[in-house]
Amino acid sequence: MTDATLAFAEADAHMQGAVVAHDGPAPKRIVTGYGFWIFLLSDIVMFSCFFASYAVLLGQTAGGPSGAQLFDLKGVAAETACLLLSSFTCGLASIAADVRSARWYQAAMAATCVLGLAFLALEGHEFAGLVARGAGPTRSAFLSAFFALVGCHGMHVSAGILWLLTMMAQVFAKGFRADIMRRLLCFALFWHALDIIWVAIFSVVYLLGSAA
Amino acid sequence: MLGKLSWAAIPFDQPIPLLTGAVVLVAILAVLAWVIIAGHLPYLWREWITSVDHKRIGVMYTLLAMVMLLRGFADAILMRAQQAVAFHSQGFLPPEHYNQIFSAHGTIMIFFVAMPFVIGLMNLVVPLQLGVRDVAFPTLNSVGFWLTATGALLVNISLVVGEFARTGWLPYPPLSELTYSPGVGVDYYAWSLEISGVGTLVAGINLVTTVLKLRTRGMSYLRMPMFCWTTLASNLLIVAAFPILTATLAMLILDRYFGFHFFTNEAGGNIMMFMNLIWAWGHPEVYILVLPAFGIFSEVVSTFSGKPLFGYRSMVLATMAIFIISFMVWLHHFFTMGAGPDVNAIFGIASMIIAVPTGVKIYNWLFTMYGGRIRFTTPMLWSIGFMVTFILGGLTGVLVAVPPADFLLHNSLFLVAHFHNVIIGGVVFGAFAGYTYWFPKAFGFRLHEGLGKAAFWFWLVGFYVAFMPLYAVGFLGMTRRMQHYDVAEWRPWLMVAGGGAVLILIGIIFQIMQLVTSIRDRAELRDSTGDPWDGRSLEWATASPPPVFNFAVMPDVRGEDAYWAMKVQAQQQALEGREPDYRDIEMPRNSPTGFVCAFFATIMGFALIWHIWWMVAAGGIGAFATFVAFAWRDHDEYVIPAAEVARIDRANLEQRRAALSLAGGT
Amino acid sequence: MSELHELHDYRDVAPGDEEEVRVGPRLLGYVVGLGLAIVLTITSFFVAGTDLVWQPSIPVALVVLAMAQMGVHLVFFLHITTGADNTNNVLALAFGLLIVFLVIGGSLWIMSNLNHNMMPMDQIMQMQR
Repeated sequence: MTDATLAFAEADAHMQGAVVAHDGPAPKRIVTGYGFWIFLLSDIVMFSCFFASYAVLLGQTAGGPSGAQLFDLKGVAAETACLLLSSFTCGLASIAADVRSARWYQAAMAATCVLGLAFLALEGHEFAGLVARGAGPTRSAFLSAFFALVGCHGMHVSAGILWLLTMMAQVFAKGFRADIMRRLLCFALFWHALDIIWVAIFSVVYLLGSAA
Repeated sequence: MLGKLSWAAIPFDQPIPLLTGAVVLVAILAVLAWVIIAGHLPYLWREWITSVDHKRIGVMYTLLAMVMLLRGFADAILMRAQQAVAFHSQGFLPPEHYNQIFSAHGTIMIFFVAMPFVIGLMNLVVPLQLGVRDVAFPTLNSVGFWLTATGALLVNISLVVGEFARTGWLPYPPLSELTYSPGVGVDYYAWSLEISGVGTLVAGINLVTTVLKLRTRGMSYLRMPMFCWTTLASNLLIVAAFPILTATLAMLILDRYFGFHFFTNEAGGNIMMFMNLIWAWGHPEVYILVLPAFGIFSEVVSTFSGKPLFGYRSMVLATMAIFIISFMVWLHHFFTMGAGPDVNAIFGIASMIIAVPTGVKIYNWLFTMYGGRIRFTTPMLWSIGFMVTFILGGLTGVLVAVPPADFLLHNSLFLVAHFHNVIIGGVVFGAFAGYTYWFPKAFGFRLHEGLGKAAFWFWLVGFYVAFMPLYAVGFLGMTRRMQHYDVAEWRPWLMVAGGGAVLILIGIIFQIMQLVTSIRDRAELRDSTGDPWDGRSLEWATASPPPVFNFAVMPDVRGEDAYWAMKVQAQQQALEGREPDYRDIEMPRNSPTGFVCAFFATIMGFALIWHIWWMVAAGGIGAFATFVAFAWRDHDEYVIPAAEVARIDRANLEQRRAALSLAGGT
Repeated sequence: MSELHELHDYRDVAPGDEEEVRVGPRLLGYVVGLGLAIVLTITSFFVAGTDLVWQPSIPVALVVLAMAQMGVHLVFFLHITTGADNTNNVLALAFGLLIVFLVIGGSLWIMSNLNHNMMPMDQIMQMQR
């Protein structure tokens, strides 16, 4: 009995058993992961606002081009392939980190980074092409919503790559320390969550947009 | 080089903001000079600015709120004075200045008074009530606070450099678009809220994780004090609602900075999308504020009635019901803006339904008091004042939730009276109750009771005198935000309302006197027991002020009202239990991350407002570098050895025992 | 300590953590996840561009496929399961989804109602000229 000062007699007999007892604070890894999970959910709510705006402003092309006239599905398929594969390599990096293989970890992270950059390059190319055709975000409310939604995802990928490089450097300099492992857990969650958002984007924006 | 910034940004032609700004600047410089000359700077830096201790951060949040309350109240007095004199005349405030004042008043009171006040109290109290040593992410907690302070700072800078928004506390487009608001006012608004919004989100994530994952052994969900439940609900709402605000303001910023067409009149933009999204955040926001206040009242009423909270489980259910329904009513803020009868009816009914769980709460508090031995201390007075006032505000709320009635009352001073009735009567009274109630826990001495009661009475009476007339002029057809008017029958009511504002001012002066007097007489008001109010939850089980590790040994909870049961047992043993097994305690190290990060955020925010792009980049790089530097450090914790823990705890127990035997002997 | 705690000794995992620790099965999990995701993605792209299915069913099919793929990602990449140790994570997710549903569904409903009842802004502007 370690908690003698603060222990006391069974106070409220009928409460016993009715309530599932609680074991005390969770380990740090769970706390960190859970906190980041909550953050991701809030981020998804933020995306839902951009999705809502996009859905509401979809028809407001103001005489400008509509999605069906603009979207190039080949490019989108390439972008999707990059992100999907990067999610896979990110998973490989998690496994490599768990078995403490620095070489495999760095290789998998580097592959993730290259795939992410390829995605950004493709997206940048698409955006530049649209602007060059006079279909920039200032053309119509529809295009504003489109650029904001897809661009917001692109900003997240960019931030993710910055984070990824930092994580590579951290493991290189400090090794697989417990706090770095926790950050890796969060990074993997972040990267996989971006993929989920992208699934929503390519389905709702590009495929539905060009099918309609 | 400096974007839009030039000497023309400083309003040399307007004496009021310029003079105020100068006085505030001189005051800040004087305080800073005193701190440096008296050699307090290292102490402040070490113990407060870089602190990651949830108690210190909670105190700083509360302090920020109280300072900003003075600013927001100054705006209120100006408005009441203007409306009292501006009958058939222009009064003393030109329209463009008056518009900035009512916008700043609302923005400051919601974002930089009410929010930091409740977040501060939650930060201070919740880990103590849960029996843990800190929040889930201590350094992020500090980041969150300093980002909130950044937002507050930017709003205040707008007083002298440039201008603030003239668009009301929610910048409705198209007025807030570049075409109609070409100045930097709306940019000040948007960026300060984006930055402080990040801080609020961080605080929300932190507290949700703390409540869900860090509770001490035995503290199952249905044993948590009511305040922890309302904290959980309120912070879940923060996590769900603040991203909506961030996204909506981001769209407005895109419109203003890059010519997007979300809310413009041209190119298919839709202004109603702004109303829709901003209120999808805005309505949960009022529950983010008032739910913690409900929690505070639950604690206070139960403690000072000497009884466990009546209907604890129904209270939990009511809290969670309010929490969910609060996300389903946002359209009632724009009933009059074109929705059809079916939509209006559904949202009207949903709005009225919220009154049901709220009513459950009121009855629970009343039944907690019923049959109790009530002590009419200052926190209890605030609570009773709240119950009376809030019922009134709630009823007028149900009234405006009826769409046909709302068509008459929308945008009138009736509405203004209604939301002040619930926010002052609910949130502000709750914040003050919590402030008086937990002050001794934070600082180790109580606040002066007499002055506290005087402040309460002036606030209460002042509130009624200031806002009941506004209901009346609302019925007489006066719309909100009028800089001058020509209707004779409004005038007497507005004069009376001005008098009410003066009464509230006296209440505030009493509160300042109370704080000063209490600090002066702290030796007499000392609380050596750690439990000045005969409390029922775990925060009273440790010393006042608590040691940095809160609890020498993590408490083990075996029922509701954890500390009460513990006390009944402990008093029989006269606190002579066996010596606990003290262990080494690991605590997070202090870190300047939050402060440095906020420093760069301030630079970045200011640069964004004035279009100084190189400075934006510099601020962004600085903030990122700060986080990398933080990630790079090797030691994030330090150890307090068991012997030191034992020494501190023995001293505390000794003091408690002495105080108890003194009380027992007489 | 009290037996109460031993009786209800609950477990919990961080979101994203797997119970499996061996490399082989974990690798297999990611491979299966990737395979399923690729199949679903290709199906989506195929459905969007084809004339072989009844046209009005395409939007529904795309939404269903997207949801299925999100589920695949959640299970195989984020390791969110229905296990008891994952309850808190799933509850948080459910809350997030409720909010997403309210924001998107509510906005669409409200805005279509407003558009139905009010003249579009640009037309109002034209009338004022």
